[in-house]
Amino acid sequence: MLLTSEWLTVAAIASSIGSGVAALAAAGHPRLQRRLSFALLGISALVSIVVALWALLGDAGFETSLPFGLPWLHWQFRLDPLAGFFLGVIGLVTLAVSLFGPGYTRDYDRGPYSLGVLALFTGLFVAGMQLVVIADDAFAFLIAWETMSVASYFLVAYEHQQSANRRAAFLYLLMAQIGAMLILLCFGVLAAFAGEFSFTAFRDASIDPAWASIAFGLGLAGFGMKAGIVPLHVWLPEAHPVAPSHISALMSGVMLKVAIYGLIRLLFDLLGSPIWQWGLVLLIVGSVTALYGVLYALMQHDLKRLLAYHSVENIGIIFIGLGLCVIFIGTGHPKLGVLGLIAALYHTLNHALFKSLLFLGAGAILQRGHERNLERMGGLLHRMPWTGLFFLIGCISISALPPFNGFVSEWLTFQTALQAAALDSGVLRVVIPVAAAMLALTGALAAACFVKVYGIAFLGQARSRQIRRAREVRTPMLAAQGLLAGLCLLFGVLPTTTVQALARVTDSLLDQPLASATRHGWLWLTPVAPETASYSAPLVALGVLLAIGVWAAVWLGLRRRRVVDPVPRQGAWDCGFGPLSPRMQYTATAFAMPIRKVFQPAWRLHENTEREMDPLLPTRPLRLTHRIHAEDIAWCWLYAPIERLVFKLARRVARIQTGNLRHYLAYSFLTLVLLLWLIT
Amino acid sequence: MADYLSPLAWLLALTQTLLWVAAAPLFASWIRRIKCRLQNRRPPPLLQPYRDLRRLFGKEIVLADTASTLFRLAPYVVFGTTVLAASVVPLLLVQIPMAAMADAIVLVGLFALGRFFLALAGMDVGTSFGGMGASREMTVAALAEPAMLMVIFTLAMVANSTNLSTIIEQMLIQPFALRPSLLFALLALMMVGIAETGRIPIDNPATHLELTMIHEAMILEYSGRQLALMEWAAQLKLLIYAVLVSNLFFPWGIAMTATPTSVAVAAAALTFKLVSLGTMLAVAESSVAKMRLFRVPTFLAVAFTLALIGMLSFVILEAT
Repeated sequence: MLLTSEWLTVAAIASSIGSGVAALAAAGHPRLQRRLSFALLGISALVSIVVALWALLGDAGFETSLPFGLPWLHWQFRLDPLAGFFLGVIGLVTLAVSLFGPGYTRDYDRGPYSLGVLALFTGLFVAGMQLVVIADDAFAFLIAWETMSVASYFLVAYEHQQSANRRAAFLYLLMAQIGAMLILLCFGVLAAFAGEFSFTAFRDASIDPAWASIAFGLGLAGFGMKAGIVPLHVWLPEAHPVAPSHISALMSGVMLKVAIYGLIRLLFDLLGSPIWQWGLVLLIVGSVTALYGVLYALMQHDLKRLLAYHSVENIGIIFIGLGLCVIFIGTGHPKLGVLGLIAALYHTLNHALFKSLLFLGAGAILQRGHERNLERMGGLLHRMPWTGLFFLIGCISISALPPFNGFVSEWLTFQTALQAAALDSGVLRVVIPVAAAMLALTGALAAACFVKVYGIAFLGQARSRQIRRAREVRTPMLAAQGLLAGLCLLFGVLPTTTVQALARVTDSLLDQPLASATRHGWLWLTPVAPETASYSAPLVALGVLLAIGVWAAVWLGLRRRRVVDPVPRQGAWDCGFGPLSPRMQYTATAFAMPIRKVFQPAWRLHENTEREMDPLLPTRPLRLTHRIHAEDIAWCWLYAPIERLVFKLARRVARIQTGNLRHYLAYSFLTLVLLLWLIT
Repeated sequence: MADYLSPLAWLLALTQTLLWVAAAPLFASWIRRIKCRLQNRRPPPLLQPYRDLRRLFGKEIVLADTASTLFRLAPYVVFGTTVLAASVVPLLLVQIPMAAMADAIVLVGLFALGRFFLALAGMDVGTSFGGMGASREMTVAALAEPAMLMVIFTLAMVANSTNLSTIIEQMLIQPFALRPSLLFALLALMMVGIAETGRIPIDNPATHLELTMIHEAMILEYSGRQLALMEWAAQLKLLIYAVLVSNLFFPWGIAMTATPTSVAVAAAALTFKLVSLGTMLAVAESSVAKMRLFRVPTFLAVAFTLALIGMLSFVILEAT
């Protein structure tokens, strides 16, 4: 009885809510609080992974309704492979966070902030996300969605004593509420045709194509605001850096994916058959978002802010996959459409893994080095070797390099795009290759950006005192990073098995099996046909491993013959000018300078150089400071005009605010009369 | 895909890979020889690069104080990925199982992986030269890699495959016609190849201490066998690009089956193609000056545009 998937799901959600409540109950005992809340969160994560595996590999689907909610509409829940997949993504990242959390939140013991509050909202946040993916009516969906949004608002505002954090949190709340409003309107359109608010009714309703397009537009804006598509992304680089790092990992790794879930559910499940023009919109939005995200990431010096911009980029890549899927389905090539959806889902999983890995790494640096600014890091690989190794794996994965997971999903996206020649429409045949070109550019720029991040932060010499004294983090925190790094490798090396599991999701959504991709056994991934394209990740991984193995063998062999030990060490080549200091190293700003010159119009750059000369010898500079800040052009072009307009309107409206009581009574009276007139 | 698991096919592929690795210094040496002749200098013997490699392998390694494990690992990863990339490209034989292991997009990915480690190794010691080289290399790559992928996409659409073996087969089967898409793609690939392998006018492989160097700046701190591996990988990469140009666009002569005669014909044809390509490169390098660093993006933008035009001209004019 207890071992049905329904009860397991209930247990997962109850356990994540319980983790918050337990922390409140144990207030005053920080050690107990931490252990209890994160242990319960871990249990919740494990149970959701079990449910996800069950839903993807076995048959765990259920439909149920709970006696909550409106009198005529009980909350309805449903688990299908799509929900199961996203439950799994939530579970994997939450598991890593629950390992990382106890060590990371130790720092808050001494601070002014309450651990109980942090744990409560973390629990509610995770529970909200779990509820969103299994909700099966608009009402329950929005309640869960709002729980997720509001809980994450409190988490962003957690370190509320700094005004910048409050400002970021307010911006986030504002955008989240506008987004929720748009989703509400989108469901409203659907409900008008369906007659009620359950997703089952939405599915059966036949919607007028024009209204369906309106619903799609509203849904795209609403879910896109949460996912962070350009130009609705502005809250993301503000909110992610200020939240505690394990929360950033959850927000960037999972919450954005929940928005992707909402869009997929709307597109392929609720709206019925998608129209190819929507795919074109998704494709263009995705390409622009991807390129925009990576260009802004290149200009950042704050590690967490940089990672946030990379989330924007990766959401763009997922959107490209979705767009290709809709285009191919809408033009009558369902087999190719399935491939696009698989690429998008695969990238969703991958991004969840490597982005949370990188945020946890940034958290480890923040805890031990008290530094988020890249320009003051350096040489961390010597101080934190394991974090360095895992962070390197994250960097390789996100740069889409074989044999790690990021490469597989980008490869699948490219393979889907290459099938554009099968389309009849000339416009699409031109647009899709151009989108593929932008994706290629994005990938190459991302690699440049992560060489910058890793090279500046982990290699070279330390640029500040705290970094020079940084120590390795505790073992559970390393285990969390190791888990995610291992999964990055696993999903990179076994793509065929993963695609097989993902095919369950596409099969249930689109009724279209994808037999060709996995027909030739686990060793070969052949998306369309073996003669068209094939990739054998295990063999490529074997080749790379062979290279590392040769190195290890040479090193061990020479050490046995006592040739290597000790290796002669000398100072680096200094051109004969004396020892090199850490200040002479290349900086992150300098590293990105050539790229800045190439793509100059993409940013609004504020450059400021101050030079102070020696009063005795005017040609000798004493001090030189150079500041550069890339302002988001979305702010100046979109948000600043809107802000000005709102203020202007508010000033107009303020004229009726006389402060005289009699006037207000008159307003109330008039409103009442107006309402009565409307009713009759 | 069962036929890809036959031991004989893998043995042939392995032999071909060894041939790649062995032939790489010779091609570099040939270019150097022609350049010497053009510049009225006496060329070193043709086998000089092999002697250099042997000497470097015998030398002691000196590491910088600040070098980490990554610095020691990087030459092996760079060399390994380059060899892996070479094993994917058909040299003399068309049907090799490794072409199914990794297609043309994976080939670009393998180059990118090697470059990632090369750039990190440049930054590891913490000298300005290393950072400078890494920054420039990644900038050049960020523009060259998309152009390379566009070339591959054009070829893949023409042949309806990203598998290098299949692309070459399709090129051989199709009746000869001057396709504008292939012409643009060829030009773009040559430009990308020049940029990626660090030849004049992008980078000067013959210089060590010059403020505009890219590749040499990253490997400045290497010595002994680590330097040998880095050098060898660079020579191999040059050969891969040369073979890509000659085998993808001028595939005539390549062996379809593994009989001794056809392989001999293929070897003769490939030698002819490489000798002429190497001569052309040497002449080009001797006749143009190195470009200013900030002109390089324009050069690569032209390559990218050419590749894009090639792809669009296929999509618009040639696709049926």
